[in-house]
This record gives sequence, structure tokens and C-alpha cells, in this order.
Amino acid sequence: MQSENAPATARSRLFSVISSKGLQAHDRHPSSSSGAGGPPPAARTDARKERVVYVDNPGRTNENFEFSGNKVRTSKYTLISFLPRNLFEQFHRVAYIYFLLIVILNQIPQLAVFGRLASLFPLLFVLVVTAIKDGYEDWGRHRSDREENNRLSWVFQNGRFEPKRWKKIEAGEVVKIFQDESIPCDIVLLGTSDANGVAYVQTINLDGETNLKTRYARQESASKHPGLAPITGKVVCEPPNRNIYDFVAYLEIDDTQAPLGPNNIILRGCVLKNTAWIVGVVVYAGKETKAMLNSSGAQSKRSRLEQHMNKETLWLSFFLLIICIAGGVGMGKWVHDHDSDLNNFPYYKKRDTADKKFMYYGPLGEGVFAFLSFIIMFQIMIPISLYISMELVRLGQSYFMVRDVEMFHAPSNSRLQCRALNINEDLGQVKYIFSDKTGTLTENKMEFHSASIGGVDYSNVLAAKISGTSDSSDGMQVEGSHLKPGVRLDPNLLELLQTEVTSSEATFVHRYMLVLAACNTVVPTRHSGPLQYQAESPDEQALVFAASAYGYTLLDRTTSTIVLDVLGEQKSYKIVGIHEFDSVRKRMSIVVECPDNTYKLLVKGADTASGSGSLADGHLQAGVLFATQRHLDFYSTQGLRTLVVAFKDLEQPEFEEWHEKYKIASTALVDRVKLLREAASLIERNLALLGATAIEDRLQDGVPETISSLRNSGIKVWVLTGDKQETAISIGFSCALLTPDMEKVIVNANTKELCVEKLKAAIREHGIAETKDKQLALIIDGNSLVHALSPDVEELLFDLAVACRIVICCRVAPLQKAGIVSLMKRRTKDMTLAIGDGANDVSMIQTADVGIGLSGQEGRQAVMASDFALGQFRFLKRLLLVHGHWNYQRLAYMVLYNFYRNAVFVMMLFWYILHTAFSAQTALFDWNLMFYSLIYTSVPTIVVGILDKDLSHKTLLGLPPLYGVGQRNESYNSVLFWATMLDTLWQSLVLFYVPFFTFQGTTIDIWGMGCLWAAAVVVLVNLHLAMDVLHWTWITHAAIWGSIVVSFACFFVLDALTDKGFIAHYRVMFHMASTAVFWLNILLVIVVALLPRFCAKVLMQKFWPSDLHIARELELKNRAAISEFVKSSAPSPRMVELDDVPYSDKESKEDE
Amino acid sequence: MSNDAASSSAGASAKPSRKPKYSKFTQQELPACKPLLTPGWVIAILMLVGAIFIPIGAIALLASNSVVEIVEQYETSCLPANITTKEARIRYIQDDTINKSCPVTLTVPKKMNNPVYVYYQLDHYYQNHRRYVKSRSDKQLLDGASTSNSDLDSCKPLKQFNNTPIIPCGLIAWSLFNDTYEFRRQNSAPIPVNKRGISWKSDRDHKFGSTVFPSNFPNNLNRNESNSAFIGGAGLNVSQPLSEAEDLIVWMRSAALPTFRKLWGKIETDLQAGEIISVNIANVYNTYEFGGKKKLVLSTTSWLGGKNNFLGIAYLTVGVLCIFLAIVFFLIHYKTPRPLGDTSYLSWNRKGNVNGLS
Repeated sequence: MQSENAPATARSRLFSVISSKGLQAHDRHPSSSSGAGGPPPAARTDARKERVVYVDNPGRTNENFEFSGNKVRTSKYTLISFLPRNLFEQFHRVAYIYFLLIVILNQIPQLAVFGRLASLFPLLFVLVVTAIKDGYEDWGRHRSDREENNRLSWVFQNGRFEPKRWKKIEAGEVVKIFQDESIPCDIVLLGTSDANGVAYVQTINLDGETNLKTRYARQESASKHPGLAPITGKVVCEPPNRNIYDFVAYLEIDDTQAPLGPNNIILRGCVLKNTAWIVGVVVYAGKETKAMLNSSGAQSKRSRLEQHMNKETLWLSFFLLIICIAGGVGMGKWVHDHDSDLNNFPYYKKRDTADKKFMYYGPLGEGVFAFLSFIIMFQIMIPISLYISMELVRLGQSYFMVRDVEMFHAPSNSRLQCRALNINEDLGQVKYIFSDKTGTLTENKMEFHSASIGGVDYSNVLAAKISGTSDSSDGMQVEGSHLKPGVRLDPNLLELLQTEVTSSEATFVHRYMLVLAACNTVVPTRHSGPLQYQAESPDEQALVFAASAYGYTLLDRTTSTIVLDVLGEQKSYKIVGIHEFDSVRKRMSIVVECPDNTYKLLVKGADTASGSGSLADGHLQAGVLFATQRHLDFYSTQGLRTLVVAFKDLEQPEFEEWHEKYKIASTALVDRVKLLREAASLIERNLALLGATAIEDRLQDGVPETISSLRNSGIKVWVLTGDKQETAISIGFSCALLTPDMEKVIVNANTKELCVEKLKAAIREHGIAETKDKQLALIIDGNSLVHALSPDVEELLFDLAVACRIVICCRVAPLQKAGIVSLMKRRTKDMTLAIGDGANDVSMIQTADVGIGLSGQEGRQAVMASDFALGQFRFLKRLLLVHGHWNYQRLAYMVLYNFYRNAVFVMMLFWYILHTAFSAQTALFDWNLMFYSLIYTSVPTIVVGILDKDLSHKTLLGLPPLYGVGQRNESYNSVLFWATMLDTLWQSLVLFYVPFFTFQGTTIDIWGMGCLWAAAVVVLVNLHLAMDVLHWTWITHAAIWGSIVVSFACFFVLDALTDKGFIAHYRVMFHMASTAVFWLNILLVIVVALLPRFCAKVLMQKFWPSDLHIARELELKNRAAISEFVKSSAPSPRMVELDDVPYSDKESKEDE
Repeated sequence: MSNDAASSSAGASAKPSRKPKYSKFTQQELPACKPLLTPGWVIAILMLVGAIFIPIGAIALLASNSVVEIVEQYETSCLPANITTKEARIRYIQDDTINKSCPVTLTVPKKMNNPVYVYYQLDHYYQNHRRYVKSRSDKQLLDGASTSNSDLDSCKPLKQFNNTPIIPCGLIAWSLFNDTYEFRRQNSAPIPVNKRGISWKSDRDHKFGSTVFPSNFPNNLNRNESNSAFIGGAGLNVSQPLSEAEDLIVWMRSAALPTFRKLWGKIETDLQAGEIISVNIANVYNTYEFGGKKKLVLSTTSWLGGKNNFLGIAYLTVGVLCIFLAIVFFLIHYKTPRPLGDTSYLSWNRKGNVNGLS
């Protein structure tokens, strides 16, 4: 119990470590625990090297190699290294370098535009804030490291198990872990409390999967216990790598070699469950553990908006250069023109009293120095603070997205997760969605639906009883068996199973059930209650449940035996070998020794794999084959998932040959996967077809509505699925992806020539432009994609796909998914989004601009690799149409506004230098210059960036085409940028020249004028923002008006300070603010500056209203109309014809 | 869906629900005002601005017109007629042996109520030049000789003279304006000019020390051939603390723009309309180097300050423009009304727009 706290902290810590980067992406089928693609490249290249760990002999283990100790350090800094290292990391950002250069320039006496302290302020401010943040985070890591390192485990030393701190544990030591304890390092299981050497672990810290995983101790070592007799042996394993799903090693004990696989190792971070204790030998410790190797930094994505923004930032840099050059040239020319008189100008005087030159370097030198001074002075033209503001705004946006109750999924207790923090606004610009099917569109809760056995279809749905409750099926239930509610039972099949095994029909049925019950990796667990099945794949679980319902109950499974309850009789099958599922063979097979000492091969697999070629060609089979094929096709059209079940009696010679090969393969350190595959190919031939299974995977709630909304919003939805073409099409119809009026273009070709031909034909027929009257749907299968994705054909595929409204790719492999996404990413500028839930979607999720993972049934690899994680597919609608839209609108406006805000200030300063003989003098007080973007105007833009709402979520959901605004870059584009810059130019001229004309030839002093300018610009930019705010909550009010109030408070505080640095401004603001002219100027500046913008807005809204504006008017006009509209459009899966929107046309007539 | 319910309840008992708490804030549903620029609002806003601006403009214009101002430009007229070239002018102005007093007569156009402010106006004089603005030591002005050497660095190029610090140091103090004016009525009765209280009280009290006396000030030298270059402007009374040297205090408040006025004194009697005032100008300040003009200005003030029609005209113009725009927008709206929320304007409803949904 005392350990209950510890795992929790460890979990949160480890989790944070791991979640920062998805675990190594890698093709992994649920039912397979070894990577189907073989060991990762890193492991392969190092495969020659071996690590030898001597069991219970850490001294010998560590004498040859310097293996890492078990002390971990996730903290980045130590007390000494904090300052240099943190600074080093901070200055990795270009922005900070720019800041620093400006500060350094300012330290040169000739260029000192600002006071030392004032010039350092922005940089120091940012550095200190970031350092405090980093330091705080690191302090937390330090604490958890210390806690982690000082935890205790029982380690075998001095002849018994003694507690030892984790950081002291070394490779080669033998440790004992008790139930509910965390595993301190990667250990190879030697023995467990279970006689069969089974242990259960929870891997939630590693991969987030909550189901228990089974791990086995080798029989060779399970019997030994270090407490009884010293174990001598060694583990030879591969060098440390980060692949948590693979482990290749062998255990040498008592001169026998036993192969070790991923099922024999327990990784650091796991928790032991349902097992009293385990004993294991440490193979990897500390930073060499797989968990630690996976804790590298996250890859960061750049949002589309930000990429555009960088282009505009370049323009701003160009403007900066232009005005600085203009100033520098002006200065040079002015000095040149007056060179001979300069010494006599009372305001210049180039020689001092000792007749030495004082800071005078001739026209060229003065020009260059002036140029550099202007760069310092106008530095904020490049909006560095914008990057910081954007981070804050995105943080705020994420806060709201995560807390949206509408996106909470109660059954899985999951909220939206924002895993990437810097691509929020991309959600508002998505054009293509690539969606996985299983688990994404469907629930991935598999239910056994129909069986085809020996050519007979048992899917009597109507007569099916919901078992587990009553009726005759109760009699079928064996002791300990339990039925998952909802398993459909076919009465004919039940009856057939009751009869004696005489008829060929019954033989088929019994064999069929045996395969279902035995050929899998499901582990039954029973702990104070009914039998539970721990399965890595829901399909397998469904099959085992179904077998159990029909009387074949899986009772126990160890590495060597399977215990079945066959119609009330316990039978034990010895496992001779397992060929796990891989994506090449697409099937799994198991060789068992039956109670009657015969060897049987049980196979289940995808129909193409088991079906084509590998089946027995006996005449007896022909009928069955034909019937089964028909059933398979039928199931597919119903959208069911099918598997083929086959079986084979192994004759002795064949068995011997295979067994020899299998033993070698399974202990091989190198190329084990390949060798095993070769062994499998020896026996997986001439199989006897038993039948097929059909599993139903129901659509998730709201999928058709979501898809039709997404389609209406102009997003193209592509479904990429591993299903067969018929299944895919039928699912396509049921989820409103396909509609009857669509013209289907089906491409399935086995050769490249055929594929090209089909694509060309389709393009000839339909053209490459999307037309409104004809909706095309492209359906293409994996075989064709192999050819279509080759470099010389992909253009055809692209042209055709773009012309189609929807695309369904079936029978695709994980890497093809990524290939399709990257094809679209390369060839269009449009935003791509990939959504999926399984490990096979990881590569696609990582390839797409936006990757979304569903926290579904298949584990969490997809979530780990994703940028956002959802509970259900239907939330995607709200995520994109509402939050994506808001994020995009908010950030787009914020960027433009920040450009304006800084540029207007700089331009105002620039006009002044035209009246100071080009000298780098500002009228504004240094501190006002520095505070302008940091304090006076920063909070409102952030608040508006987080809270402004152009339209309510109801409107956005009700009118999906409004989403097109983001797709067409309507809120942020070059035109808007240039328009903003023109406006900025006008406003800066007004800002400068209204006070200029008012005060020309008066007694106004420079600092007084500066006060007026500072006050005017602060009020102006805040009111400019206020004019554009669409949604005024009290927070917005507080931010904008508060910001003006705070600015004036600052003015007056700076005004009252008499310290050395402030005395020049003493009482200036006080004097200015007591005159009426001051306030009249501010009022005039604001009205004149904003008038053109105001008129432009009015005219745009009048003559060229944007969709958003019309929608806002609709909101204002009639809320009822909106809700009515929402009702009428939402359930319809078809394209909503918005022409006949139920808005009354009467209005317009009345107005006339 | 008993299955779902079961698993969710099991989940709930095992783990606390992560369901986000509902609040108007987190759901972004805070009550909000959503202003929209409907034609009515636009017209109302413009009319309102017009209605406020026109009266302000009128009042400002009235105030400006109520100000009586006499401006006399004298930098050329005060020179002997034979001096025309720049070099000759500079030679003339730097020659202390010449009496440079310059009689000028001014006619009061309208009655000027006291106080009548006496200004001098300079133009092309970049008091806002970076070199100039920086060239002072606020510390020294307050603390005097005790100021550390480093605090005086900002005074360069007039930090020290003959290797001792100048008090007050810096270009600004050194270039102190030194033309003087004597006013007489027609009956040659002198018009007294009050030179007290022409600077900011806050400057006298907090920026210029009452115990700091000028010393080593180059302008106090008697001009001769060799030291002529060291003299920049007015000298200072060495027995008068800086806090009382109001001309200096006024001068040292650097002007914002190259054309500026500085208060020189106040005439605290009324000047009657038509009265002729003779002014004796001592034209000694050198603006000929940079071709700057010098003007003597006598002016009354209003609540708006001196005579400046800009604000009044600007307000009137903007006010009229707003009313005009209001009318234009009204006509536009009247002629071609667009009903609020007309869905036919939605991009996907416009005719001929195929791309609406692509």
C-alpha cells in the first residue's frame, strides 16, 4: 500500500518524459508483440555487438563493459550549470540573438540611443522570465529524480534479498519485485510466484495502454531461485535501444540456451500487477533503459500561419532597413552639406574646448553611425514580442479547447489533449482529412457477428439470443465461463455443437471453434471473480468470447500450454510453436500438440493471405472454398471484418523439419524475424479451409453527421483503411461519405501498366477539375497504390484525387497511408490532417500537417505521436469548425494587429527624425519606448487573441461552409498585410503631424511632446483594437480600458520620479496633462487616424461583405433562424443546398 | 449500451472523472456585447463625432482668434544694410566692439490684456538634435561642483574648460540665448518686463540647485581674438544660483521642434489698441551660422494657448467630413439597401461561383 503514491509520481514523471515524443513509430500489429518490420535500423547495425550480463554477478558483468548505473537524471541543469546552460539554450532562438545584438550596439558610445538600463530591460525581462520558468520546471525534475533514485527495491546480495536504493542497482544484479511495485530498470524475468512463470505488468507509463500485459519467465530458469541455490548463467542481449516492442536475447543457463523475446523482459516504468513477486536479472539500467532512451525532446511543428508570418516579417525587416538607410543617408547628406560650418552650429559643435574632434567621423562615418542608431531605435519594427505573445495566446486557446465539455468523452473519460502547442491555428485551415477507419470511424468494439463454417453460413441474426441472461444458452455455460453480453448465438450452430462429432459438418464446426479458442495471444486471468481476457487486439478478444459462448472456453495459457474447456471437458494443448501475426504473412498460426499426441497447425488470417494459393486444392475443398468466398463477399458488403480460419494435421516428417528450423530461428539473435518467417512458410501451405469469421465493428456515434458537416465545410475526407474494397464502400455509405448520387471511380489494378491505364481513363472521362454538378468518389486499393504512388505515376493519382470529392483507399499498409499523406502534402499547399487511433496510423499522423490521435481501444501509440488527441471522431467537427476557426481568426488578427502596433510606433518615431536633422533622437522617454510593447499594449492583444469570438459555436456548426474562410486564408494574407501597412502609414502620419502642426512655433519642449505622442499612440492602438473586437466580455473591457489606465498610471509614475535617470522628465506629463490642447490633440489624432479604417470597414461590409460578416448579421438578426437552420441542415447527410436556406426573403422586400 | 454504461461507471469509480467543469468562462460563453457596424450605428457614430467636433472646432477657432499676437522678425532688419554675406554677418555679430542695439517699433493691433507674454522665436535651430539634447548634466545642475567626473561625460564637448569642469556644463547651457529687449511706450515710459516666474516651478525647485553657482563658464570671458571661439552665448551671473537663472532654466528645456518659442518675460500691464511700442533689441545672438531667423513675439494667451488656428480648423474639417460621410452612407444605404444577413451574399450562394465549396 505504501507504494501507491510512488507509482503515481513516477508515472506522471515518466509519462511526461515519454509523452514529449511519441515512442518510436513502428509497424506493430495489435496481436504481435515483435515489430513486424524487424528490429529497428539502430538495432540492426549494432546487432553484431552483444551485451553479456552474468546473472547475479554484477562484478563480472561490469568488468568488461562500462554499463550504465541505474541513477537517472532527467533534469537539465545543476546549480552550477544552470546559468550558462540556460542562457545558451535561450540564445538558440534567433529572436534573442537579435535582442542581444541591439543591446550590444547600444553600448557603443556613438550609438547609445537608450540609457543602459532601459536598453537592457526588454532582453533582461524576457531572459529572466524564461529562466524562472525553466528553473522551476527543472527544480521539479530534480525533486522527482531524487525521489526516483532513492526508491528501494529488493536486490539479492550477501546471500539474501536486501533493500537497495534504485540509483545503486547495477546490471547483472538479481532483483525481486513485489506486487504493485514499480520496476526499477529493464529486467529479464527469471522466475515468478506463478509456477508457470507468468507475470502481469501494467505498461501505462510506457505506452499508456491500460490492459495488463503478460510476461513469461523461461521454464529453464523458472524453477531456480537465488535464495535456494546460486544461479549461474548469462544473458546475451542486444545493446540498448529505444524500441520498447522488441527485445532479442538468449539466456544461457546450465549449458542450455533459451531464446528471450519481448515477452521475457519487463521494462523500467512498468508496474507489477496480479503477481505476488518476480525475480529478474538487470540487463539495462539507468539511462540505458528503453524508457529513458525514449525520452528525447519533442519535434516541433511550425504552423502555416507562422510560416506566412515569417514572410511578412521579412518585409518588415526590409522596411526597417529602408527607413534606417533613409535616415543614415539623410544624416550623411546633412553633415556633408554643413560640414564646414558644423563646428559653429551651437547645437552641433564638432570640436570640444580643447579643439579636439568630438564624436565626429565625417559624413560617411556619421551616416553609418546614424544608420546603426536607427536600427537600435526602430528595433521593435520586427515584432519579437509577437512570438512570445503567440505562445501565450496558444496556451490560452489550448486551455479553452481542453476544457470544452462538448469534447469530453465520458465512457473513456478523456478530454481533448493538446500535445502540440504551436499549431492551434492550423486547425482552422484544414483542407484534407485522412482518416483511418477502424477505431476512428468505428468503435473498434468488436462483436462476433456471423460464422461461415464448412461453406454454411451461421448468421441467423433474427433468431439470435442475447446470451448471458437466460434461455438454453445458459446450459452451455461451463464453470468459470462468462459471456460478454451481446454475443450473437446462432441456434443451429449451438445445436450442431451439442451433437457427436460424426458428420463432416460437425468436424468442421469443432475444428473451427478450436482454432478460434486456441489460435490467439489472449491471456485469461482470473482474480477473485469471473474469468477475464486480456487481449491486445479486440478482434481476438471477440473471437475468444464467441468460442467461449459456443462452448470452447479458453481457461489458461502459459508459454507452453493452452488449457481449454471443451463443452465441459478440460483439455490441455501443448504449444510447440507460434508464428505471430505479421503484416507480410497477414496471418497467425500456432502448432499444438493435442491431447491425443497429434500435431495440429491452427491458422487464422486475412482472407487474401490464407485464401489465395495456400489452401489445399483438394476437390472436397472446392465447394467449401467457393461458398466461403461467397460468404466473405457478402459479409464485406455488410461492412463486417472478416478472417479466414484454416487448419492442418501435421505429419511427422513435416513437423520434424519445421520444428528443427523453428528452434534455430527462435533462438537466433540476428534476423530472427526473417528466420521465423521462413519456418512458417514451411508449414503454412496446403491448409484445410474451415470457414470464415465476421466481426462487426459499429460506427461511432455521430460519424455520419460529422462527415457530412466536414464535407459541407469544404474539407475533403479521405478514408484509408485496411479493409477490403467491398467493406470500405459499404462503410463509406453508412457513414455518409458516399452518397448514391456520386459517381464512383474504382481503381484496382495489379500491374503498373493497368494502374496507369485506369487512372488515365478516369481522368479522360472526368477531367481534373472539380465540378459542382458531378460528384466523384475515387476508390483505390492498396495494390494499385503501390504503383500509383511511384514517382512517375503519382501525378496522375494526384490529378484524379483532387478532382474527386472523396477518396477511399482500401487494403492499405501503414506506410502507404503516410505515402498518400505526403503525396498531398508535397503537391498542394493545402493543409492536411490525419486522424487515427492505432499504431498503424502513427506514420500517417506524423506526416500530416496536423496529426490527431484517438484515445481508443488500440493503445496509445497514435495519441503519443499526435498533436491533438480526441476521445471520439465526432469531436473533430467541433475541434475544426469551432475551435480551429476561432484559433485561426484570433491568431490571424493578432499577427496583423501586432505588425500594425509596432510599425505605427516606429513610423511615428521615424517622422520625428526628419525634424531633428536626422539625429537619432526620440521625443519619447526611454522607458516609455521600452514599455510600449511590453506593458502598455501587450495585454489587450493577448486577451483578444484568446477570447475574441467572431461567431458563436452554434453558427459555426450550423453553417459549415464558414470554415472555408480559413482554407482560403481570408483572415491573413498578403493583401491584408499590405492594407494594414497602408493604414499603419496613415495612422503614423496622423499621430506625428497633428501634434506637430499644433505645437510648431510654440514653447513646447521635447519631453512634453514625447508625452503627448506616447499617450496618443497608446490610446490609439488600444482603440484600434477596440474597434475590431467583436465580442466584448468583461475581461476584454478590463484588458483594453485597464491597459489605457495602467499606461497613464505609468506615465504619471515616471513623471514623479526624481532619480538621476528620470529627472529630465520630472513633472512633464503633469504639465502637459493640465492643458486642454493635450487632450484635444489625443481626441483629434484618434478620430482622424481611425476614420479611413472605419470607412473602409463600412464600405467593405456594405459592398463586399465577407461570409463571416453576413453570419454575424444573421446572428444579430435572428437567433431563431440560426437554430432552425442548424436543425434543418445537421442531420442531412447530403450536401446542404444553401440556396434554399429558410431565411426569409421577405425582409429584403420589406426594406425596399 | 449497458456495456458502455458499465464500463463508464467502472471507470468512474476507479478514477475521478476528468470531465471539465462547466463554467461560462471555460466554455467561452461569458455574457458579451457583440457590436456590429450596422448602417444605423455607422450613421449615428459619424453624426455624433460631427456633432462633437464642430462645436469644439468653433470654440477653438474663437479662442485662437481672441489671442492678440505681434511678431517682429529682426535678424536681418537689425543688421546694417551693407552687411549681406554670411561671413560678414558672422564677423559683425562676433565683434563685441560694435554696439548692436536695434530700435524697432511695434503697433498694438488690438487691446492686449495683461499678462502679455514676451517670447523670442528661433527657427532652423535644432535644439532637438541628439548631440544637443544629451549635452547636459542634470546631476550637476542640481548638485554643482560635487558631481562626479563620470556624470559630466554627457556634457561633452563642453565638459570642461582649461581642464576644470564647467558649471553649468554642456552645449545647451553654453549656447544660452542672449538677445535682450527693452520696451517703451510712445511717451518713452519704460514698460517693465517681469522676468520672474517664466520657468516651471518644478524645474526651479527640483532640477536646478539653489546652491549651485556658475563657475568656469566660458561665456563669462571677455571676448577677444583668442577666446572668441569659446564663447557660445549669454554669460551667467556668478553670484546668482542656477535655480534663479530663469532664462537658463527656460533655455535648457530643449524645444521639441526646430521652430520654437521661448518665454522671455511677462508684461504685466495692458497694452491698448493702436499703441505704438518701441523696442530696443540687443541683437547679439549668433544665428547667422545656420541661417536661423529670430523673431520677437508679444502675445496674449487663451485657454488654448497661443495663436494657432490649426486645431480649430482641423476639428471643424473633421466634424464636417463626418457629417458629410454620414449623409453619403445614408444615401448609399437608402439607394442600395442590403438587408441584414442577406444569405445571397454568402460566397457559396453567389451566382457562378463554382469554387464556393472546393
